[in-house]
Amino acid sequence: MRAPMAPAATLAVTTRVLNQLRRDHRTMAMLIVIPCVLLTLLWWMFDGDDQTFNRFGPPLLAMFPFIIMFLVTSVTTLRERSSGTLERLLTTPMGKADLLAGYALAFGAVAVLQAVVAVVLTVGLLGMDVRGPIWVLAVVAVLDAILGSALGLLVSAFAATEFQAVQFMPAFVLPQVLLCGLFVPRESLPDVLSVVSDVLPLSYAVDAMREVQTESSWTSGLSVDVGVIAGSGLVALALASATLRRRTA
Amino acid sequence: MTNNSGVTPRSAHVVPRHRADHRADSEQQSPVARPLDAEAAVVVERLHVARGGRTVLPELSFTVPRGQVTGLLGPSGGGKTTLMRALVGVQRVTSGQVRVLGLPAGTPALRSRVGYVTQSPSVYGDLTVAENLRFFARLLHAPFTDIEAVVGQVDLAGHADDLVQRLSGGQRSRVSLAVALLGRPEMLVLDEPTVGLDPVLRRDLWEMFHRLADEGTTLLVSSHVMDEATRCDRLLLLREGELVADDSPGVLLDRTGAVDVESAFLAVIDARTDRRAEVPA
Ligand SMILES: Nc1ncnc2c1ncn2[C@@H]1O[C@H](COP(=O)(O)OP(=O)(O)O)[C@@H](O)[C@H]1O
Ligand SMILES: [Mg+2]
Repeated sequence: MRAPMAPAATLAVTTRVLNQLRRDHRTMAMLIVIPCVLLTLLWWMFDGDDQTFNRFGPPLLAMFPFIIMFLVTSVTTLRERSSGTLERLLTTPMGKADLLAGYALAFGAVAVLQAVVAVVLTVGLLGMDVRGPIWVLAVVAVLDAILGSALGLLVSAFAATEFQAVQFMPAFVLPQVLLCGLFVPRESLPDVLSVVSDVLPLSYAVDAMREVQTESSWTSGLSVDVGVIAGSGLVALALASATLRRRTA
Repeated sequence: MTNNSGVTPRSAHVVPRHRADHRADSEQQSPVARPLDAEAAVVVERLHVARGGRTVLPELSFTVPRGQVTGLLGPSGGGKTTLMRALVGVQRVTSGQVRVLGLPAGTPALRSRVGYVTQSPSVYGDLTVAENLRFFARLLHAPFTDIEAVVGQVDLAGHADDLVQRLSGGQRSRVSLAVALLGRPEMLVLDEPTVGLDPVLRRDLWEMFHRLADEGTTLLVSSHVMDEATRCDRLLLLREGELVADDSPGVLLDRTGAVDVESAFLAVIDARTDRRAEVPA
């Protein structure tokens, strides 16, 4: 029997996606430069007000990789579908899980780069206060980016065009942004919204960033947050794999 | 590296020629599958396909012989692409049976034995020709040595390092064809592979198709251009989802007394229309 996944096929997909990104300077710029520009803008807005920058910095550090990876992944996958390459891939021995894992790995690698650059900028140059180990910020950012990718892969199964895929952004991402504790602390939300906020993965990413900011060592709360982010990513990937159909009408 | 992964490569060696030959020795096929190797390359029985709420293939039955070039001809919208998608297992079908190389269409075991070229080129525009081929070779477990060979076969030797999006439409469709040739699949399902190519290239490709058939490959090649019919060993004429002819070009011409396949096609359709008109009378 054929194994549902083969590392060689997964890596082939990863290499290919990275090769494509390497040529696509504009997307690379969007992935790396835009978060930095936005974080710098935030720092500038609260010119000299370190306290406010410290409050908004961590959630934004969690949100940017999530949102950007969501967008890039859903559009890229849609392009794969509309160009006919997806149909061809599905006629090869490659497993569906290989395709998704290959994508997740490629975007995960980009996310590492993005997270390291953003963290170095916010902590090193803009002076955001962090009591915990700084590398944990990067780890959370990477997991967050992978979660964004996984959700992007999932929703792309429900979009027929790239235009529709982009429209999933306000539907899937903005509610998470509103309820993640950026505007109103999650504890102060009305009861119903507080429960909703508890089931949205981005909330845990923001919690994790704040945890690293205020605690000097790895806490059990942080373990829970990280576990939830990683778990949601895996669930989204599994669902994406289940919704990707070899046979279509 | 893919080729050391223990998976038998779809070999480019001269003997044995096809992946199936390896697997016959190395892998125990289920006992029912073996005798069916004698059956036609494609056996379709009462296939019914609906797309977007409309019947596209009402009830199709036919076979495609092994080791020949079979042409799937007919006007645009007749259902050629839908039928080919059913053969490679990406088309949802309502009912009926489709068997390819003795196995149900779309079975995992078939995916490395059947090469498929979609109607519009399905390769990555932002990769070079060689990068595209390397990627697909890894997925198909084909040796990298195949790459140079297939690039030559589709006459793109000078373009291996060109980005696909910078190539002309005809060149792009040949890259797509090259991908399907990787690893020498036992069967090739080619959806309009020669459309838009210049006559010399078209002739060369048809010659290649016949060379592959002589070596034992089964080819199903679609086209809406009737004059390509004469290049096929066998013809399936598909119109509005119905098979209006299934013959060799010679027999079809003799039977209808037509001078070319286009007129033969018209003659067959007229005859069918007359027959239908007579029924209620
Ligand atoms: N994705 C689709 N959804 C719904 N109907 C489709 C789709 N693709 C093709 N069709 C319909 O199926 C019929 C056959 O199309 P197709 O198989 O592409 O024919 P051909 O390849 O011979 O031009 C046409 O009537 C076409 O409108
Ligand atoms: Mg077609």
